[in-house]
Amino acid sequence: MSETKKVLFGPVVDTNPIALQILGICSALAVTSNLNTTLTMCIALTLVTAFSSFFISVIRNQIPSSIRIIVQMAIIASLVIVVDQFLKAYAYSVSKSLSVFVGLIITNCIVMGRAEAYAMKNPPIPSFMDGIGNGLGYSAILIILGVIRELLGSGKLFGMEVLPVVNDGGWYIPNGMLLLPPSAFFLIGLIIWALRSWKPEQVEAAEFKISPNTQVSSH
Amino acid sequence: MSNDSTGKTLTVAFVLCIICSIVVSTAAVVLKPLQLENKLLDKKQNILAAAGLLKVGESVDESFKNIDVKIVERSSGNYLASTPALEGWEKAILANPEAYDQRKAAKTIGQFAPVGAGKDIASIRKQAKYATVYHARNDAGEVEAIILPVHGYGLWSTLYGFIALETDLSTVVGMGFYEHAETPGLGGEVDNPKWKGLWPSKQVFDADGVLKIEVIKGSVTSATPDSQHKIDGLAGATLTSRGVSNLVNFWLGKDGFGPYLAKLKAEGV
Repeated sequence: MSETKKVLFGPVVDTNPIALQILGICSALAVTSNLNTTLTMCIALTLVTAFSSFFISVIRNQIPSSIRIIVQMAIIASLVIVVDQFLKAYAYSVSKSLSVFVGLIITNCIVMGRAEAYAMKNPPIPSFMDGIGNGLGYSAILIILGVIRELLGSGKLFGMEVLPVVNDGGWYIPNGMLLLPPSAFFLIGLIIWALRSWKPEQVEAAEFKISPNTQVSSH
Repeated sequence: MSNDSTGKTLTVAFVLCIICSIVVSTAAVVLKPLQLENKLLDKKQNILAAAGLLKVGESVDESFKNIDVKIVERSSGNYLASTPALEGWEKAILANPEAYDQRKAAKTIGQFAPVGAGKDIASIRKQAKYATVYHARNDAGEVEAIILPVHGYGLWSTLYGFIALETDLSTVVGMGFYEHAETPGLGGEVDNPKWKGLWPSKQVFDADGVLKIEVIKGSVTSATPDSQHKIDGLAGATLTSRGVSNLVNFWLGKDGFGPYLAKLKAEGV
């Protein structure tokens, strides 16, 4: 039981795909300027990661290692197309605003990373849980970004006015920078900083040390 | 047989491809009707939004009842009417004008005409022989606005949208695009309600009936000469602004809806 729990909730804080593994940053920048698209993206990515891990795990003993990446890609791509078709049919306006980013889940490093690192070695059910868990970890960061960016960038949450902005006769002057993708970089940086201050074991050892200028090489 | 033998590799690849393609094509085929319905609803919504007829709390289909769909022969400006000379596809349009897809027709051989060299300021190369125009009626049944489909090239993409004119055929009621792929934040600001809000009450034609509408570089102030014909350019999006200017001029000009507008002017709306 605790093993399942670890697989499921570990990625939310301890091994967060964005904050610790630094994967899937591109879509985290692109879709978080409002919460509607953020949530749709989270759900889509979680489902794709979970099911692709599941299916890859089911056939893991049959996959020839020479074409394993292509096999993983084919499964992931098919699932993404199916999700995209469903969005177009049942959530047309959201799918319009997500535009290419649903398609780009195919290249999202998290999906491929979990398939290669976990699903290839573990049975289907834990792989599925691992996919859900990493999806949750991704979602947690995206939702934090979405809330901050939409609230401070346009004074709204889910498109509903929270802080009345000056343009509509209110008092809040929105911070336009938060609507632009680079702002998510700063926010992700701050989140990583906060997370690593709280859990110092996440700090990686330095790969090299800069030696001082005065050191003289010995002969 | 080992997993890495050539035979096994080919078998796995082949079986996987078959399964994946079946899954993908099933999803695409099964969900297509719903997707088309969404697209149509979206288009109706865009038409209504361009004309400023989108009402809160009323369904799109409900509002769309006040819109007449008409098919116009672009080159002559006449409505498509039933004559024995019509070909099969023209009769099909006449039978169900709402289902006519002008964009598809612009790509179907026999249903489009090339735009003459030197005239193609909107860079669209070919245009459908028949265009759909929409007449929006008020509750009393009088025509309030003429909604014309427009499209043309911006910086990266073709922008598709609608422009709505009052019955004087010069005052803009609204303008908006429903499909484009311009840079978000720069050219993509064509979707900004604030910018779209600059269009209503602008005059497309001057007093002599000369097409004058223009998206300029920078902003329009009351001191700008001919300010009633000019719209602020989008900051950082010179090419998109120029594209919008060109496409509006193309479609309202003599190679676009010019003949139709002239006919409406002569005969009344």
